[in-house]
Amino acid sequence: MSFEPRIIGILCNWCSYTGADLAGTSRMKYPPNVRVVRVMCSGRVDPTFVLKAIAEGADGVLIAGCHPGDCHYINGNIKTLRRYPLLKKMLSQFGIEDERIRLEWVSASEGDRFAGIVKEMTETIKKLGPSRFSRKNEREVAL
Amino acid sequence: MSKPKLAIYWAASCGGCDVSILDIHEHILDVDKNFELVLWPVAADFKYKDIEIMQDQEIFLTLFNGSIRNSENEHIAKLLRKKSKVLVAFGSCAHLGGIIGLANLYKKEDILDTVYNKSISTHNPDKIIPKTTVQVKEGELTLPKFYNYLRSLDQVVDVDYYIPGCPPNPEQVVSIVKHVIEKKPLPPKGSVLGAGEKSQCEECKRKKNIKKIREIKRIATSIPDPETCLLEQGFLCIGPATRSGCGVACVNAGVPCRGCYGPPPNVMDQGAKMLSAIASVIDSESPDEINKIIEQIIDPVGTFYRFSLPTSLLRRSDI
Repeated sequence: MSFEPRIIGILCNWCSYTGADLAGTSRMKYPPNVRVVRVMCSGRVDPTFVLKAIAEGADGVLIAGCHPGDCHYINGNIKTLRRYPLLKKMLSQFGIEDERIRLEWVSASEGDRFAGIVKEMTETIKKLGPSRFSRKNEREVAL
Repeated sequence: MSKPKLAIYWAASCGGCDVSILDIHEHILDVDKNFELVLWPVAADFKYKDIEIMQDQEIFLTLFNGSIRNSENEHIAKLLRKKSKVLVAFGSCAHLGGIIGLANLYKKEDILDTVYNKSISTHNPDKIIPKTTVQVKEGELTLPKFYNYLRSLDQVVDVDYYIPGCPPNPEQVVSIVKHVIEKKPLPPKGSVLGAGEKSQCEECKRKKNIKKIREIKRIATSIPDPETCLLEQGFLCIGPATRSGCGVACVNAGVPCRGCYGPPPNVMDQGAKMLSAIASVIDSESPDEINKIIEQIIDPVGTFYRFSLPTSLLRRSDI
């Protein structure tokens, strides 16, 4: 059986979740590998969420929010914009590949863009293979 | 009536925790008056054998410092757990994994290679690396097994209480010893003793304004203003993501908090919280500029998880 990545998509309520909804209602096709979690704002995405997802076995994490300037809460997405590069830098020290974590801006009208991002991300992670953190039990044993 | 028995043990540790026990000065006499010391390898000569022949739970209190790096650490942790009524993880290493827990970013082979071959102060032309067994003329010699990664005490055995700090604050040690001597009721299992329930910032007396960082400063190259919040000045102070209780000792001395008391209650991951706090106050909206500021944070894991990597969400790198 081929490897099917598990991707956690954390989407903001106002733009990206609505954008994903549009992709669905417009019957666009995209891989079913993304599990969506709705948050009120991409600024709500505590780096803990991303680490928890990886620790629990996610092969990738997609964070999506409103385009800069469009945030429902004025600057919540700017906070995410600042956290994201530092989070990636820290995760690289853990040996987590850059492509596994992605921050994208998806507006409520960009259903096609959302579908495209999920498709592209699923393909990239398929090539990378499973995250080593998803084989937790195996790692626990090997002292 | 015989005195309750006390054991103090060091596993993978530097000995600083043992010194912090000695730092309680004349109160050490109260300890001696009220307890029968049965094990304290750093200070006195006791044998593991004597512990092994004890009844289960015969030791009233064990202060266990250091983390679990090799098979000897693990063996003694399990032995002391069995023989002690109350087992306390004493200090950052036992509590959170400690500063040596940062070794969890590296493979065991690389660590041994660095220590025994590559470090500039090492002279080892025969490239001898410790093995668990070796045959010599007189017979077989053994050494404990060096594990692939490091664990905190509670990842190996059941722990009753935690005393945080690198090392624990001597005043807190005194109050805990007094508590036991006066036979006051014990707190609920799993409590973190001698520490607060809030973050360091709650107790910090420095002036706090709106935080905006444009540059990351280091204590070695810049002199901080003595009145203002260190984070505001651009020093990487881990206070916002660290449990209170030490009296903000480092920050009061003009040095940024390093996070040895671990995360405050209900925080799952100290490093993630600190990352979030620092990154959110970067004073820029341009990705390029943000990247330039972040580049100045040279070692995010070592800075944000300085004492808590083995008990964080990810625990170790991909090893």
